[in-house]
Amino acid sequence: MNLQDLQQPAVSSKVFLQRDYSSGTICKFQTKFPSELESKLDKQQFEETIQTLNNLYAEAEKVGGKSYLEGCLACLTAYTIFLCMETQYEKVLKKIARYIKDQNEKIYAPRGLLLTDPIERGLRVVEITIFEDRSIGSGR
Amino acid sequence: MMKNCEYQQIDPRALTVSPSSAQIHTVKKVQRLRRKWEVFPGKNRFLCDGRFILARQSGVLPLTLGLIIVTCCLFFAFDCPFLVEHLTVFIPVIGGMLFLFVTISLLRTSFTDPGILPRATPDEAADIEKQIDTSGSSTYRPPPRTKEILINQQVVKLKYCFTCKMFRPPRTSHCSLCDNCVERFDHHCPWVGNCVGKRNYRFFYSFIVSLSFLTSFIFGCVITHITLRYQAGKSILQAIQESPASVVELVICFFSIWSILGLSGFHTYLVASNLTTNEDIKGSWSSKRGTEDSGNPYSYNSIITNCCATLCGPMPPSLIDRRGFLPPDEAGPAASTSEIELPPFAAKNGTHMCTQSTKDVLERMVHSSEFQGLCPPGIPKTTPLGLEGSNTAAPSTEPLPSAGCSRHHACHSVVTPCPPFSRSSRRDSLHSINPAFRLASPSPSLSHTTLILGDAPDMGFILPREHPLTTGEDEES
Repeated sequence: MNLQDLQQPAVSSKVFLQRDYSSGTICKFQTKFPSELESKLDKQQFEETIQTLNNLYAEAEKVGGKSYLEGCLACLTAYTIFLCMETQYEKVLKKIARYIKDQNEKIYAPRGLLLTDPIERGLRVVEITIFEDRSIGSGR
Repeated sequence: MMKNCEYQQIDPRALTVSPSSAQIHTVKKVQRLRRKWEVFPGKNRFLCDGRFILARQSGVLPLTLGLIIVTCCLFFAFDCPFLVEHLTVFIPVIGGMLFLFVTISLLRTSFTDPGILPRATPDEAADIEKQIDTSGSSTYRPPPRTKEILINQQVVKLKYCFTCKMFRPPRTSHCSLCDNCVERFDHHCPWVGNCVGKRNYRFFYSFIVSLSFLTSFIFGCVITHITLRYQAGKSILQAIQESPASVVELVICFFSIWSILGLSGFHTYLVASNLTTNEDIKGSWSSKRGTEDSGNPYSYNSIITNCCATLCGPMPPSLIDRRGFLPPDEAGPAASTSEIELPPFAAKNGTHMCTQSTKDVLERMVHSSEFQGLCPPGIPKTTPLGLEGSNTAAPSTEPLPSAGCSRHHACHSVVTPCPPFSRSSRRDSLHSINPAFRLASPSPSLSHTTLILGDAPDMGFILPREHPLTTGEDEES
C-alpha cells in the first residue's frame, strides 16, 4: 500500500458480528466466520481474536471474590468510592482497547481491515470495516 | 484530488461544500466540538455538561427529596434535643448517617445512566434489515420482527426495537417515557425521576432499604418521644401540643412506611430470584413454575448467589459515552436533520417514499464523491429522512391501561398512560432507514404503521388493530 492509499481509504463494506446470548446476558460475540472476510483473513486468526475478546469480557464481568469485595466496599461508602477508584470492568475495558489496537496494527490493517472496539457500538456488535483495495486498481 | 484530500483532512470543519448538498452543512454549531450528549436522541436531560443524566420528566423527584429533607429536619430540630436529653446521643448520629445514605443513594439512582443502549448506527441497522429480509418469508406478510434464541436450554424471544433499530438483548426493554432501550429494565420510577435498570438497580435497592430503615427509625423515635412526654405526667394532647412537628413526622412516616416496606420486601424477593419488576409483572417465567423449580434462565438457583450477582456484581460501564466528542463531520448531519425534518411531515403516502429514495440515492452519490478523502469510515450514507408521515397516520392515542399492578406504590406504575406516539417522528429521522427495504415490502406505509404499533407498548398489551395484515408480534410471552 502506498502513501496515496493510506490517505484515501474508502469503505467498501462493513461486517457486523452480533452478540451471542446462548450463555445469558454476558458479553460474548459470535465466532462464526463471515463470508465477506474469506478472501482477506485466516479463519484461525479471526477466531482467535474474537475468542480472546470474549475471554476478556468474561473476565470483566466475572462475579467472584474481588468483585464482591468491591461491591460491599462501595455499598458501605454509599457508592462514593467509585469517584476515586476505577472499577474492575473499566480496567478490563482498557485492556481490551489496547488489545484491539494491537490486533489492528499487526493483523487487520495490513489486510485492509479495521476492527472497531465494541464499546463504541454499545457492546452490541464487533464492527469490521473492509476498505477498498486501491492498490489492485480495479474499479468496482 | 490529492490537494482536495489534504485540505479536507487538515481542516474539515471549515470545509464549505458545493451548494447541492448545502443542507448538510447549514449548521451554525460546527464552530465548536459538540459532545455526544448534546445530540442524544432519547428523552433525557443532562446536567453539568453531560456528567449527570436524568429523565426528561423528572416526575416527583423534587417531592421525594423534599419529603425526606423536611421530615429529617423536623426530626433533628424538634425530637432529637428531647431524645438526646432523655435517651442517648446516638439517636441523631444514627439518624444523620441514615439520612446521608438515603440521600446519596437517591441522587445516585436519579443521576446515573440506568444502562441505556445507544441506538444502532445506520450501517448496523441496514445490516440487520438485510438479514431480516433474507431470512424472512416471501409471503405477503411482513417478516416477523422477533428472533428466538436459547439461553441455558430455555427459549427466549428477542424483539426488534423500531426506535433503536436493533434486536433488543435479553432482559432489555424500551422505556416509552425516556424513549431508550434500557438493559435489565426494571421499571421507570417517577419518585426517582429515572428508569431503574442494570446500572442503577443496586442504588435503587439501597435507597429503598435505607429509606425503610430511616422511616421506621424516625417513626419509632417520634413515638418514643411522645410516649416519654406522656409518661412524664402530661396527657397525650398536651404532649402533642408541646411538639407539633412530631405529628407531622408521624403522619408522613406512617403513610410512607407501608409503601416503602412493602416495596423493599418485594424487591428483596426480586433480587433473591434474579427477576426484574418487568418480568415479574408480565409473568415471563411463571408459566414454567409447574415443571421446574424456576423457569427463569438467569437465576443461579441459589438465593445468595442471586443476591450477590445482582447487587455486588461488577459495575458495568455507561455505554452512551455522554461526554465524548462528536467527530466534526458527524456533527453536521445530526444538527441539520432537525432543520430538514419539518417539510416532509405532511406527506403520508407511498409516493413520498419513492421521492425520498431517489433523493437518498442522489445524496449518496454526492456524499461519496465529496467525502472520499475523509478517513473516518462509517459516514452515514443518506440524510436520514424516514417515514415520518406514516407515524402521523397512526392513531394518535391508544388507551393504555395501567400495568394492572395490585400494589399501590407509585413506583409500580410501570406504564404511566403516555401516548406512545407523542414521541416525535424526529426520532426516526435521526436514523437512516434503508429505503430499498421499505420499497420492497408491499403496502409499506400500512405495514410500517403496524410495525410501529408493535413497538411502543412494551408491556404486553394487545392493541386494537385496523389492518388485517398484522402479526401478533407484540404479544409478550
